[in-house]
Amino acid sequence: MSGSEALVEALRREHVEVTFGHPGGANMPIYDAISEFNTSPNTGKGIRHILARHEQSAAHMADGYARVSGKVGVCMATSGPGATNLLTGLATAYMDSSPVVAITGQVPTFAIGSDAFQEIDIVGMATSVTKYTFQPLRARDVPYAIKAAFYLAPTRRPQPVLIDIPKDVQQLEDDIEFPNTVHFPNYQPLPDPDPTIVKTIAQMVLGSQHPIILAGGGIKMSNAYRELQAFAELLVAPVTTSFMGKGAFPENHPLSLGCMGMHGAEQTNKLLPESDILLVIGSRLSDRTTGKIEKFCPNTKIIHIDADKAEIGKNYKFPVVSLVADAKAALAALSREVEAGMMGQHREAWVKKAHEVIEATAEMDTASSTLSGVEAVKLLRKILPSYAIVTTEVGQHQMWCEQHYQVIEPRTFLSSGGLGTMGFGFPAALGAKMAKPDVPVIDIAGDGSFQMTENSLATSVEEGIPVTVVVINNRMLGMVAQWQRFFYNRRYSAVNLGSSPDFVKLAEAYGAEGVRVQSSAELKAAVTKAIRSTVTTVIDVPISPEENVLPMLPPGAGIKEMIVG
Amino acid sequence: MDDKQQRIISALVENKPGVLFRVANLFRRKSFNIESMTIGHAETPGLSRMTITMSCNYNQADQVMKNLDNLIDVRRVEPLDSRNATVRELALVKLSPGSPPTRPEIMNFIETFRGNVVDVSTETLTVEVSGDPDKINAFITLARNYGLKEVARTGAVALSREMIPAETTAVW
Repeated sequence: MSGSEALVEALRREHVEVTFGHPGGANMPIYDAISEFNTSPNTGKGIRHILARHEQSAAHMADGYARVSGKVGVCMATSGPGATNLLTGLATAYMDSSPVVAITGQVPTFAIGSDAFQEIDIVGMATSVTKYTFQPLRARDVPYAIKAAFYLAPTRRPQPVLIDIPKDVQQLEDDIEFPNTVHFPNYQPLPDPDPTIVKTIAQMVLGSQHPIILAGGGIKMSNAYRELQAFAELLVAPVTTSFMGKGAFPENHPLSLGCMGMHGAEQTNKLLPESDILLVIGSRLSDRTTGKIEKFCPNTKIIHIDADKAEIGKNYKFPVVSLVADAKAALAALSREVEAGMMGQHREAWVKKAHEVIEATAEMDTASSTLSGVEAVKLLRKILPSYAIVTTEVGQHQMWCEQHYQVIEPRTFLSSGGLGTMGFGFPAALGAKMAKPDVPVIDIAGDGSFQMTENSLATSVEEGIPVTVVVINNRMLGMVAQWQRFFYNRRYSAVNLGSSPDFVKLAEAYGAEGVRVQSSAELKAAVTKAIRSTVTTVIDVPISPEENVLPMLPPGAGIKEMIVG
Repeated sequence: MDDKQQRIISALVENKPGVLFRVANLFRRKSFNIESMTIGHAETPGLSRMTITMSCNYNQADQVMKNLDNLIDVRRVEPLDSRNATVRELALVKLSPGSPPTRPEIMNFIETFRGNVVDVSTETLTVEVSGDPDKINAFITLARNYGLKEVARTGAVALSREMIPAETTAVW
């Protein structure tokens, strides 16, 4: 068996259904082996390959697939430029803790280090954005690398893993064995939460008068949705989320305070410092979440639970108690402990106050008749079913989604929160659609971001992966323009996108559908049609170039110091 | 909380290609500053011991330890300092004394530090000196009076002490 045949067989053993990638000189044996495998009469469903038009998109597709399915997403690229193009996608997955396995071709072993055609040290380059990297130098080492990658990527804190396979290793015949397990002495799945610390935390939250739970993306990655809801309800504690945590808790729940942070709800940000206990679960408390960390809830006792011990004390230096644990296991253990404790009624006034915050936030959502960015996002929430999956790009439209698109069901909201990668949303939507073919998938995009990966239209049409792209089009790099209005004296610099293509014609040029809408009614009709269509639809929504995302926390400000208008 | 001081981290790592790169890369991307790093085979075949010396506050050292331990090729990480560990460094120091100082004076200086002369030429002599890094610092400072020409230091290596009074086991 050759190295590439071993690779395909190893992927099959990991139950891989789909890979996203792009072929080239150094990974042709892998593509040949996939083709051979898929056409063999003994193969069942085979491994579907989705041809991206840029390797960055392939990585985002794998990431989107992983975030929706909870399984490992797989992407492939050739050596050199193919591999370097993957890096932005891997970095995106790394920053948002998503389990992606990347398989790159490499020049033959004898040429490594010679600056051969399309040679690059991708193992070196990817080290900063992966949990681990492999470069098997014998065909017999390939199955171990795959087994290990599928063990490392989704466990503990999920992160990408890269496997770089030299071309001769792909081609050579070898004695191949497939290991059933791999062992890393310093890497095991997270142990059960320390019962003593769990007890301490439970007693603290039970005794607390004004607790708030701050849920981060870790809830999603450990699939702890139900455990979080059960715990919050048991404790009768309001829940807010970071941007990455958006959707970790149903945002229509009576205890939901929505998102906090740079573009979070103003009332929620103001309520946070009034909490006596803030229970942070699965959030790294990034700068976008806390504002200036020295001003973040100075009188609150912060409890920090995270799967990664290095997050404890990294951004927020002084948690009163910390617990390194999987969020799901930690919440289940906390619920058992809290259940065993005495539930007092002493939090009635606090919960009432939290409700006032929630209602005040809701009251601000007054309808307007003009089709603004905010209005478009609100309308999308009204017409899309709760199970529809929404992805976003990066910029104003993304923050309007944070503020006005209530996420209700698990794994229905995907966004690049950590790296903030423009161009993530559309390919991630295609990956999401591959994971849930029967669910409508909508990329809420900006005109700037969409142009970063719009060529994925070709992939969506050719591979028959219909999604809807709603381009909130202000003909500007809107968020940069907003900052230039606020912080650079309205001096616009390099933000005008006036000569962008006509997105309707662009869609049609790719064989997709395109439609421009001028009113709420037209948008509603277009979306309703698009989510039922068998082909991808791009809906162009022109809005004012001057619309801002408000409220916002200016850089360097404390959590209570929001700009509201 | 600025409790900046010299801290030593001992890490037991897999002895295989790329491990040094991963550790160095970690220090670079987290902006951790290393004063010295030594690597050599450890007691178990296949494992190496890295001794890393840093000047940093507790929180930074804590982050270094946690991030090091997160590396898959790192088996164990241990904080050390001069109270709970034996710390040694070796230096080779080349002197070019010229004419004024007398030979006995130089030999006296070298002997005070229990140095060994390991190479002699008509113009120079090379001294091997080992011990606590502070001792090496002192030797090098004084060696400037004797025509200091070149210095090569190994960086500190350290091993935890077995017999430590209970109250000093908590370091940093």
